[in-house]
Amino acid sequence: MADKTSANAYWAANIKVITISMIIWFACSFGLGILLRPALSGIHIGGADLGFWFAQNGSIFVFLILIFVYAKIMNGIDRAHGVEE
Amino acid sequence: MDQFTLNLIVIGLSFALYFGIAFWARAGSTAEFYAAGQGVPPVMNGMATAADWMSAASFISMAGLIAFGGYNNSVFLMGWTGGYVLLALLLAPYLRKFGKFTVPEFVGDRFYSTSARMVAVICLLVISITYVIGQMVGVGVTFARFLEVSTTTGLLIGSAVVFAYAVFGGMKGITYTQVAQYVVLITAYTIPAIFISLNLTGQFLPQIGLVSGYAPTGGETYFLDKLDQVVTDLGFTAYTADTTNMLNMFLVTMSLMIGTAGLPHVIIRFFTVPKVSDARISAGWALVFIALLYTVAPAVGSMARLNITTTFWPGAIDGETFSKPALSLAEIDSNPDLAWIRNWEKTGLLTFSDKNGDGLIQYFNEPKPVTDANAAVAAATKALTDAAADADKAPLEAAVAEATTARDAVLAEAQLGGQSLAAQGIVGNELTTVNNDIMVLANPEIAALPGWVIALVAAGGLAAALSTAAGLLLAISSAISHDLIKGALNPNISEKGELLAARISMAFAIVLATWLGYNPPGFAAQVVALAFGLAAATIFPVLMMGIFSTRVGKEGAIAGMLVGLITTSVYIFLFLGWFFIPGTNVYPNTADAHWFGISPAAFGPIGAVLNIATAYIVSMMTKAPPQEVQDLIQSIRVPKGAGKATAH
Repeated sequence: MADKTSANAYWAANIKVITISMIIWFACSFGLGILLRPALSGIHIGGADLGFWFAQNGSIFVFLILIFVYAKIMNGIDRAHGVEE
Repeated sequence: MDQFTLNLIVIGLSFALYFGIAFWARAGSTAEFYAAGQGVPPVMNGMATAADWMSAASFISMAGLIAFGGYNNSVFLMGWTGGYVLLALLLAPYLRKFGKFTVPEFVGDRFYSTSARMVAVICLLVISITYVIGQMVGVGVTFARFLEVSTTTGLLIGSAVVFAYAVFGGMKGITYTQVAQYVVLITAYTIPAIFISLNLTGQFLPQIGLVSGYAPTGGETYFLDKLDQVVTDLGFTAYTADTTNMLNMFLVTMSLMIGTAGLPHVIIRFFTVPKVSDARISAGWALVFIALLYTVAPAVGSMARLNITTTFWPGAIDGETFSKPALSLAEIDSNPDLAWIRNWEKTGLLTFSDKNGDGLIQYFNEPKPVTDANAAVAAATKALTDAAADADKAPLEAAVAEATTARDAVLAEAQLGGQSLAAQGIVGNELTTVNNDIMVLANPEIAALPGWVIALVAAGGLAAALSTAAGLLLAISSAISHDLIKGALNPNISEKGELLAARISMAFAIVLATWLGYNPPGFAAQVVALAFGLAAATIFPVLMMGIFSTRVGKEGAIAGMLVGLITTSVYIFLFLGWFFIPGTNVYPNTADAHWFGISPAAFGPIGAVLNIATAYIVSMMTKAPPQEVQDLIQSIRVPKGAGKATAH
């Protein structure tokens, strides 16, 4: 039974990390890159407005950071719950 | 040494490398054939995944799509990279823990049903076969262009090369070959990009160059502002202009993202790494190597667009667009730096004609009324020339005169550079074709780079097309030998027999793909949209539900996949014709006719939502999955105890 509770706690922690990551994933691409572009057209990164830059370059950089941070956090959670390989 | 010999040498050397690697890493068991023995280090797997993923479309066509589509076509940049976040977070670690070889095998075990597995096999085959046609066509066209052979010969050479290393090497040989192919293609893409960025912005990194100042005028104007000004002067939409349909842009991006995460040949890459934690980080490494090309692509596209536009309007480089006359034919034929214009004219990717006979090539966005009026004049003139000798010519002559008067009125109204076309003696746009692909293929020549860079781009294009074709063929052959033959038809087949079956189905898949590439159904671009839409509406949702729901059972999964498959294909067929047969479409494929402005390429996410909704409703009415499946779900959710994959 203890085993099952621990597995559930691990899964809940995993879901929480996934949810936060998915919010960031959505916000940088669909949010800044598409939906909010007209509202944020006053902010500039060099020669591009913020939404344009996120659509063409910025969101890809955020995706990259997101995956590596997620992998690192999950390795920590794996160890904390004793389910690492 | 001439360019052709140089191309041959560079392409020949790269192929010798691929064959050498394939021989060294040939597969000896089914585990090695399907999943490279689960021994590929994450960084290498990331590189191989990147080569597998980036096809001829990414390498050759994407920069041009962005160059001419501007901000709107950012959908490809976000869509084809954002899918890796979904893979890393939602699919890869769990499927690696499951520890078997194919996507349908997971569906069959998780939904305890051979029928579910077979529906997944059908979805996989439709997706992968449609995708591989595009690659084979890409291989044929690239070989034809750089080796100066016919497209058919190019296609046959390409299939022979894939056959030689994929059939013997299996996943192991393909993976290590893809690592080499990645190095070739990324070098070929970035070297011209760095040169062109230094030329136009003085920046070494093209990503920085994109947002920096335009160097030829001292860097006071931003490069993007300069590009916007030049193209709008010529009547084109500004490069950074906002989208006209935000909903459609949103849905296409989503479709490409979840389609990417649902493509079987990408998913099986994550079966090859040793551990669950490696599967997560491997998706990150894959995206690092993909991002090297994708973050450079907007710079390549936009800078090549400015270069080609200023080539035809030299005044735009340092003054105003119309401060000097347009490029003259005499200049094209005498200036060695412009020899590429005639070279690419031969391929038909760039065509021009001096319509008004002034010796200059005026390139601008011809307004539609001008196109229509010119077509009317041409039709009337043709009717007059075709008329029989004894016919009454008077009405025909009157028609020509009337069409000409109407055309002149249109020309007097249309403006270019603040003057009417009529006043400038212009009858229409004279640079009649600028193919998207030229933005990458001719880039080194436009920027006057050395011959070895041109040869490298040829080798890079071939590497991109071959590596993707090999990955797709592996996904197809494993679905046939492992899911169809071992999973359903002959479960008692020996390891040796299955390996032979895998090789035979791979050979069969190559022959089929070559034949389909030889008879391209003429709609390759639409078919790729179908592949992404179907992957988004079938494979991705069923895998998600398999991992994250304990309630969805076999009835729900099968019903969901079928609903996703049918609704998505029907929506695409409504606009593109039933099974793409021209003329059988119910509605015209135009933005006005699309339901709520949703293009066929954007339907994937809606199909996915319908899939999931159907699966849940059906599952509520049917029995929950049995205990052993509940145990399976619990086991794939924790990394501990992954170990080697087993065949049984």
